[in-house]
Amino acid sequence: MPEDATANHPSESVIRCESVYKIFGDNAKKLLEASDGQVTDPKAFQEAGCIVGVNNACFEVAEGEKLVIMGLSGSGKSTLLRCISRLTDATAGRIFVDGEDLLAMNSKQLIELRREKMGMVFQSFALLPHKTVLENIAFPLQVKGISTKSSIEKAIDMVRLVGLDSRENYFPRELSGGQQQRVGIARSLAVEPDIWFLDEPFSALDPLIRKEMQDEFLRLQSVLNKTILFVTHDFDEALRLADRIAIMKDGVIEQLDTPANIVLDPATEYVRKFTQDVPREKVLKIESVMDPIEPGTQMSDLKVSKDAIIETVAEAVLSEPRPVPVINDQNDVVGCVKPSHVIHTLFGSRH
Amino acid sequence: MGHTNFHLSPKVLQFLGLLAAFWALCVFIEPDEENWLWRLPSLIAGLPLLINNSVDYLMYEWMPISVWDPEIEEYEDKPLFKEITRSISAGLLFLIHLVREVFLGGTKTIVAFTSWDFVTENPWAQVPALPWTVVTAGAILLGYKLKGAGLATMTGAGLIYIALFGQWEPSMETLSFVLIAAPISVVLGLAFGIWAYKSPAVETTLQPLLNVAQIVPHFSYLVPVMVFFGIGDHAGAIATIIFATPPMVRLTVLGLKNVSPEVLESGMMSGCSSFQLLFKVLIPTARRDILIGVNQVIMQCLAMAVIASFIGAKGLGYNLLLALNGLRIGKALEQGICIVLIAVVLDRLSLAWANKQTDYFADLNFMRRYKYSLLFGLVFLVGVVLAYLGTFCFRDGFNYLYMIPHNKGFTTEQFWQAGVDWIWDTFFFSLKAFNVFLITQILMPMKSAYLSMPVAATLLLVVGTAYIVTGLRSAIFVAGFVLFIALTEWWDRALITTYIMSASVIISGIIGITVGTLAAQHPVAARSMLLICDTFQTFPSFIYLIPVIMLFGVTDTSVLIAVVVYATIPATRYTIAGLQSVPPSLHDAGSMSGVNRIQRWLKIELPMSFPHIALGINQTVVFALSMVIIGAMIGTDDLGQFILKALSDKNGTGNGLVLGLCVAFIGLAIDQVLRTWANERKKALGLA
Repeated sequence: MPEDATANHPSESVIRCESVYKIFGDNAKKLLEASDGQVTDPKAFQEAGCIVGVNNACFEVAEGEKLVIMGLSGSGKSTLLRCISRLTDATAGRIFVDGEDLLAMNSKQLIELRREKMGMVFQSFALLPHKTVLENIAFPLQVKGISTKSSIEKAIDMVRLVGLDSRENYFPRELSGGQQQRVGIARSLAVEPDIWFLDEPFSALDPLIRKEMQDEFLRLQSVLNKTILFVTHDFDEALRLADRIAIMKDGVIEQLDTPANIVLDPATEYVRKFTQDVPREKVLKIESVMDPIEPGTQMSDLKVSKDAIIETVAEAVLSEPRPVPVINDQNDVVGCVKPSHVIHTLFGSRH
Repeated sequence: MGHTNFHLSPKVLQFLGLLAAFWALCVFIEPDEENWLWRLPSLIAGLPLLINNSVDYLMYEWMPISVWDPEIEEYEDKPLFKEITRSISAGLLFLIHLVREVFLGGTKTIVAFTSWDFVTENPWAQVPALPWTVVTAGAILLGYKLKGAGLATMTGAGLIYIALFGQWEPSMETLSFVLIAAPISVVLGLAFGIWAYKSPAVETTLQPLLNVAQIVPHFSYLVPVMVFFGIGDHAGAIATIIFATPPMVRLTVLGLKNVSPEVLESGMMSGCSSFQLLFKVLIPTARRDILIGVNQVIMQCLAMAVIASFIGAKGLGYNLLLALNGLRIGKALEQGICIVLIAVVLDRLSLAWANKQTDYFADLNFMRRYKYSLLFGLVFLVGVVLAYLGTFCFRDGFNYLYMIPHNKGFTTEQFWQAGVDWIWDTFFFSLKAFNVFLITQILMPMKSAYLSMPVAATLLLVVGTAYIVTGLRSAIFVAGFVLFIALTEWWDRALITTYIMSASVIISGIIGITVGTLAAQHPVAARSMLLICDTFQTFPSFIYLIPVIMLFGVTDTSVLIAVVVYATIPATRYTIAGLQSVPPSLHDAGSMSGVNRIQRWLKIELPMSFPHIALGINQTVVFALSMVIIGAMIGTDDLGQFILKALSDKNGTGNGLVLGLCVAFIGLAIDQVLRTWANERKKALGLA
């Protein structure tokens, strides 16, 4: 579904964070209250023996949206993810999952929520070493109390889904990193969760395997259409996978926007550093270099979709002497692309 | 390296100063019992008595409760504590008898539910023993089911050896006691381990207790156990449980702590309840360490088999003790092998059981599914029928298909005895010469040197070394440990224990580091050497006494050699592990810097692995201490001998415990220095 539609209806958001703080340390709560529930000076907290992990995170994730949280190590991205999965308890703020207050849940409700709605993939795979591929995948089902027979049947389906057929009885140690993460993915999807957390799932893999797994991830998501929170330190990965990206630094979300907007209009100097070297033609869609049609202009016979990535149509567009009309999903012409605009966006000054 | 030397030199100077001061004290302090600088007065000599009185009070007076006595059919006031220990004893005894009756037959279980009269009136009410053929075949089946032909062969060979050599009855007695003590230790160890993992407060409380418990010699436990629980198999089992549980606790905590946080989180995200998280995620993931714990428990149980026989545990240990006392080396050797076999078989079976997997794809019919149970049923029938037929074949009263009695089995005793005699005849003079040389030229001078140290000088040297090497905090601990010993009346005995211990640690250290270094040069050699270490460690410590008595008789030399052999194991093992932990990139960096083999060892491998080796030496000290105390069996005059005396003393509790603490404190003082230093060094080298 088009994301703009859901963004207009906050009530449909699957995850909503309101001023979430996570501060590590013994007196975290007291310190936060003492500073009026806000962290304006993280240094002061540090001197008091506390470390600010997440600083005032506010955002929503719509159903079926892929939100990527991107940041370098120590930026608080994994901490934020753990607050939302409640692997750690946020120090302050409110988190809603499907409209329910996550922080108010008791452990029984939490277990119920995780069994029904959440799945998570971990950076180091976190497979149980004593269980085979099949047993690992069936584990969340067995924990729920589903019979061995039907949980194993479901696990066999999941093995097929992630393409690990014939390795069902292998132990994690007998698999390559990529294969282990396929098991991790299959396990996280076994209970058919609505919300899918991925914590740097591909960071421990070699570049070629990483690319392959990213494709696999996109393929799965196109079939499954989960609501996704994806954590990564790799900006290129974020650009490739995200509907929206949240860039974090020192616990603060510096910018949260679509890849195109982040590349075109970095909110802070820090974000700009990431976007500087990004090949824009690979990120931007035709939409972002589109101009309104001036009446009386001679149009090319060629037509391009507004959602096409520039790189894929650049050769055709740039070799046209006339502006190329841009169409939307309904085949209506909504604007045009001029080669000069394309060239300016791609190769012009970035400052 | 120059950098380190620069840092070391002030410490070296300090140490030289310390030595000079030590020397001066040794020279100037008069050896006079009245002189406090020579020997401290035994200010805490009353401690054993105090312990005895408290124990007596606890056992016989504290918290009387009324208990129904069925004999006199009246309520009677009895002290609470005694009732508790009584019930524990009764429960354990019942379990041991139950298992024993399965293997050996008997009436005690029946009696427990009825009465002696009932059994006398009804001769049929007696549990017949399982014929050895059935037990052996059953064990083989179990081995096959768990792991396959290899384990089945090993299990079968072990049990057939035991049966054919006529050791069936004592072996089954020992087994029955291990089968009760080991699971209890494992469960207790797991429970405490989990508790300590969950609560840091519990962990900090348990840690020092575990440290002490692991160094206090086995014998010291026996006296209090005897007082609280009496004498018999149950007392042996309790002593065993007390000794076997600490390593299990320690390894459980270690294992649980090593579980990666992500695995824990993955369990939580899979929706585990805290119970499921513990038993389906944490414990299975930590099973490597936990299984080492189980292995340790089994080893400790069998090591205790001999020691527990001091307080009335029946079985192989008791027989071994008798054989040793009668210097029947061949007999002792055969029985020792039985203990080792039981240890190895139990260890492998439990390991295989823990690693067992399920096959989800097999679609089995009834016969297939219950294949092993059905087979066992068949074996049972065949065995019983054979045993029945046996009563007709063997008319002289010994049914070999039922049980082979101890004097009717094979025996190689004559052979070993002849061997011993031959060695004595052939090498008498060289052995004796070596023995005399060692004792008069090395051991005696060393012993008198230790004894001629004034207490002030010893304290200064030990505490000063601790301060220079590890700083003030450790020095205070060490001072406390040593002062405690100095204030008891056994300072001289402790010096003798320390002398044998240090002599053997030096020899073991040299041998262990040399052998370990050589073995670590080649992966195959390293692996074989580790395997040898594993095998040797499987032997209960008592076994080491057999061959040395064979060669050197009952002398200090025997003790020393037994201690050296036993204590060399950890030194070797840790040296290999330490050298192997040196990253290969450092080797490459060294090679590219043009070092030769010796330089590489001296300048790269040794400094990098030294913290590891130091921990190995620490273990060597612990091993050596425990063996020195066991050496009391063949006549030493150190702390061990006094602990042994306390065992036969009705009021020995206090003495036994305080002596045990003395031994433990020697170990702990050394442990404190070596461990602190090794940890700091590891941190400095970036290894921790």
